Amino acid sequence: MKAEGKKAIWKEYQKEIADNRYFYVRSCVRQNFFPGSETAFLKIMREELSKNVYEHPCHTTCTGIGYHADIIPVDTTMTVVARQFALMTEAGYENLVPSCITSFGIYTEVLDTWHHFPDVEAKVREYLKKATGREFKIPKNLAHASDIFYKFRKDIAQKSKYKLIDKETGKPLKVVDHIGCHYAKMFPDKGIGGAEYPCVLTGMIEEWGGEVIDYPERRHCCGFGFRQYLVQANRGYSVACSHKKFESMEPYKPDLILTNCPGCPMFLDKWQYAIAELEGKTYGKDGYGIPVFTYEELAGLVLGYNPWDLGLQVHQVSCEPVLDKIGIEYDPKKKYADKNGNVPGIPEKPEVLKVYT
Amino acid sequence: MSELYNKLLEDVRFQEGLKACINCGTCTAICAAASFYNYDPRIIVDTVQSRDEAEIETLLKSDTIWYCGECMSCKTRCPRGNTPGLIIMALRALSQELGYFVESEKGRQQLAVKRTVGQWILDFGYCLYLEGVGTDLHPEQGPVWDWRQKFWKEHFERLGANYKGDGPGILRKIPEEALQEIRKIFDLTGATARFNKIEEYSKKKAEELDLEFGDGLDNEYFKHIYSHNNKTHTRG
Repeated sequence: MKAEGKKAIWKEYQKEIADNRYFYVRSCVRQNFFPGSETAFLKIMREELSKNVYEHPCHTTCTGIGYHADIIPVDTTMTVVARQFALMTEAGYENLVPSCITSFGIYTEVLDTWHHFPDVEAKVREYLKKATGREFKIPKNLAHASDIFYKFRKDIAQKSKYKLIDKETGKPLKVVDHIGCHYAKMFPDKGIGGAEYPCVLTGMIEEWGGEVIDYPERRHCCGFGFRQYLVQANRGYSVACSHKKFESMEPYKPDLILTNCPGCPMFLDKWQYAIAELEGKTYGKDGYGIPVFTYEELAGLVLGYNPWDLGLQVHQVSCEPVLDKIGIEYDPKKKYADKNGNVPGIPEKPEVLKVYT
Repeated sequence: MSELYNKLLEDVRFQEGLKACINCGTCTAICAAASFYNYDPRIIVDTVQSRDEAEIETLLKSDTIWYCGECMSCKTRCPRGNTPGLIIMALRALSQELGYFVESEKGRQQLAVKRTVGQWILDFGYCLYLEGVGTDLHPEQGPVWDWRQKFWKEHFERLGANYKGDGPGILRKIPEEALQEIRKIFDLTGATARFNKIEEYSKKKAEELDLEFGDGLDNEYFKHIYSHNNKTHTRG
């Protein structure tokens, strides 16, 4: 399809994104695996973009992983979601911003269900009132945290210290995007660009100087599959999905993978390690992997933040090839340092996958 | 009319997920699970819409309904607005309600999810709470995970977390009153009842299989369901 055709299609899938005053709900996966990303999100929102973002200390998981692994009944999930809405209402906010894509999908699904089944909404309101005494208003605006960075991608570009450009050749870095399945596959009109041409990440990539690379398995799942990863006996499913994607993207020699779901970067990072150790196969240059980034990490890098403040040291696939290609300054001796600058220990090296330490 | 079909109809997701399937197979073509497992969502939807009581009961007791990864790619593609993934969620809920889940290897794994993710939600307010969860259970996490486990507190502080702290922040301690509210919601809306059923039916199955059954993760039955794979599930 010609580029004009694609643009015409995704223009049908624009969404309203609130301009300020966000109620932020954290991600269970991102907090455990990419804590630096949530720290970077709030720093960029508050200090670079001067936005009001509120986090309520009493908000909890939305139960999403349990819901999609089917241990949590739908009524329970809807009532926990209603409690988050109540906390937002009580705090005087109307714009809900989840860090997690599974949560974003769940909030979207719950609102859609209530739209079609008002009696279900009424039942959940009763459950919430009885269990907690709380009441709530429906959010005026629901946007994933990556939607917010998409909205302000030009502002971030204006403040940027680096661009996604090879400092030696002057050519743009080749970037593949991986959109979390529950961002737009369930409700295409709730994602920027819909399910076919989601541009939430490509908008950032292009604005920050990179080149978007298309490849056949671009929209295939990373392989979380909830119970398919959580239970050890099922993990073949998970690695097989990631493997399918790596094999498909490999010929295009991407410099990096950019993600918006908290789980996907973990799987695309860790399964590269596992495939290397199990099969001896690596997908990056010279025995390294393809670095995988969250959108918060990439935004932080272009803004000139210290890579180790962003948490790139918790990745198994080394990110240094990208840092070196762009010319981002970093101190390799501080990679594994604690907040006082001391290095209590460093990770062992994998047997096959090459890493920087 | 099938009684099981009527039970499925009580689930709002089933009402949303099944209109009229034309058996085109588009869902199977796009399905991530079908590219790995012996799995065909088209056949599942066709079986369910046949309303055949015996066939639906067989499905509820099978490994088949546990192969889906709930990526919901089927939702995007179905030309008739069905969502096999939502039908699967209703089937799994009913399978647990009736205790049929313990009749399949994949179904029995629900106890493992309940005792990990379910317990973390109740104890901490997070679906994942991974301090102490090491590469023995998750070898794919690699040496960086070993390093993170060893220096968990140090690197969480480095990355701006409020680990186990009061107030907002990453992996903060969620106040006890908030956890109490979550537990009350669980009691009122069916999660506690489902957890109890998973435990009760799993205990009976453990006795039947002559495997030691105990609390937590360190017992024969848990280890068996967590790691056993009879190698008949995948394509080729």
